[in-house]
Amino acid sequence: MRAMIVKEFRELSRDRRTLAMLIGMPLLLLVIFGYAANFRVPTVTAAAVGPGASRLAATLPSSFFDVTRIEPSGTRADAERLLKDNTVDVAIVTGRQPALALVDGSNLFASQAIVSVLNTFGDKISSQILYNPDLKTSWVMVPAIIGLILTFIGTIVTSIGLVRERETGTLEQLAVMPIRPSTVILGKISPYFLVASLDMVVITGLGMLLFSVPFNGNAFVFALGAALFLFVVLGLGVLISTISQTAGQAIQTAFMFLLPQILLSGMIFPLDAMAAGVRWIGYLLPLTYFTMISQGVMLRGASMASLWLPFLMLAVMAVVVFSGATLRFRRDLAPSRHHRHVAAEADADADAEPHAGPGPAPTTDAGRSG
Amino acid sequence: MTYAVRSAVVRFGDTLALDDVTLEVEPGSVVAVVGGDGAGKTTLLRGLVGRIRLEHGEVDAPSAHQIGYLPATAGSWPALTVAQNMDFVGGVYGLSGTTLSARRDELLRRAALLDVVDRPASQLSGGMRRKLGFAMAMLHDPQLLVLDEPSTGVDPVSRIDLWRLVSEAAAAGAAVVMSTTYLDEAERAATLLALDDGRMLASGTRADVLRSFDGVVARTTSPHRRDWAWRRGREFHEYWPGEAAPRDATTLVPDLEDVVIALSLLRRHRHGLAS
Repeated sequence: MRAMIVKEFRELSRDRRTLAMLIGMPLLLLVIFGYAANFRVPTVTAAAVGPGASRLAATLPSSFFDVTRIEPSGTRADAERLLKDNTVDVAIVTGRQPALALVDGSNLFASQAIVSVLNTFGDKISSQILYNPDLKTSWVMVPAIIGLILTFIGTIVTSIGLVRERETGTLEQLAVMPIRPSTVILGKISPYFLVASLDMVVITGLGMLLFSVPFNGNAFVFALGAALFLFVVLGLGVLISTISQTAGQAIQTAFMFLLPQILLSGMIFPLDAMAAGVRWIGYLLPLTYFTMISQGVMLRGASMASLWLPFLMLAVMAVVVFSGATLRFRRDLAPSRHHRHVAAEADADADAEPHAGPGPAPTTDAGRSG
Repeated sequence: MTYAVRSAVVRFGDTLALDDVTLEVEPGSVVAVVGGDGAGKTTLLRGLVGRIRLEHGEVDAPSAHQIGYLPATAGSWPALTVAQNMDFVGGVYGLSGTTLSARRDELLRRAALLDVVDRPASQLSGGMRRKLGFAMAMLHDPQLLVLDEPSTGVDPVSRIDLWRLVSEAAAAGAAVVMSTTYLDEAERAATLLALDDGRMLASGTRADVLRSFDGVVARTTSPHRRDWAWRRGREFHEYWPGEAAPRDATTLVPDLEDVVIALSLLRRHRHGLAS
């Protein structure tokens, strides 16, 4: 018994990743649930349009409404545009009795809070919820779930697929073949990209069929956002594979990437309700931006122009993550080749595809340097 | 053209994995790299095919298109069938159509794998898997064929098959480098390189190695010095470096196994490593 316990502790002390999970995960969960697990949105952004906009804005409680736009010449159409572009959570149209508050239903918890506060105004302000009139949770969750599924395939499945090459030793063979590291990566992730895309179509279709989730926007904008997001998560998968020796390690590491995305991307807990420090972690996660795109396109019919920020963030993340993953993978596959000469007979092949794959670059400066 | 790794030094952290090791192989010949576990065989072969960077030394090797490599670990993709493994490798090396199918079938026939072309590699026996790995490494008819312990864990019959394939590859003009822990296999090679703890113990033809051996090996049932003796069957062989054996000892003509073990013991004694 004692020998077994000692052996187990010795193994555990050498398994740094499990140790990190054992120590880090409780801390992470404590912080997340302490600071992020909050459904109550403390403030919302608001706009007032129409002839009485300034007067109405002054009557709104500033502790809850952060009035960012006052447009006395604005109309209902302007108010709807502000909501569609996600500029504000609520836009109140004045110049009519009662004033009409248009509420963005795609922001579920904010809209619930807004309706609750507006009810205190009695018959001075009526409200109308757009994009999710019945405030259905499924309408908000399905677009986010699509991102979660893509994250799952991109990180866990892809990293396992790549680590399997390492575990079975076939990565060693690929490294010696005349095949570029980037070709290996692209060849490995292309099937996952296609399967994930198919999954996305199926889940979106099922979501619309089973939960009547609308698709009000442009399918091309949605597909482009999904493709960018997929590149980010597939890059994460490749990156995870480069720091994992076994499938078990890859799953552990991918889980550490996945959990914060579920909890801090705004998918479950609204970002606006989180403490500032934790919210900023959410702003570093790709799922946060995909959720903005998917909810925006599907529910609000948002245009590409209004979604420029999440698109830009995903594009930057895709470049950074994929470059990092490729560089690390290249280091695994093709170490630097100093002091290496290509034999004369083989030069014809080398010339046909210069520096192809892990093959040595022809050099003429023969000689031992050490 | 001679392919070679010359004066190779490789270090992994504080461990000196190769220390001034040179390996040369001519087209049409087989060089066997022999040594025990951790001797540096795999490191040397990986250096030759460009998988690791040498700290010092140089490598003369053909381009990646002209190297065939069978690593010690796998050699094939377990989820793919025999035919699919061959087709994948053929595709990477630019083979297709009838050229690929003809070359594939010929190699599989020689490796006695034609009957299992549709079987996943994971369901092959150990010997069959290594033969498949060999066929994959040979598919593009490389100038340099590097085989890392192709016969380790393989049954005696499959070992014979593998050696026939190796001999045929060399006869066809390939320069073959193979590592092995079996000294009887090394004796079949044109030249051999014996490694111990990352250092060269001996190199050259079998005759060269035996001729250059210095000292006496004696046969005994009760060795005088345990740390200079090793078991061979029911008796011990004992090495007397550069000196005469005791009068009661029965000296013998050492074979390659004796020589490699004796040189290894000598090196360890000189470095104070003997147990």
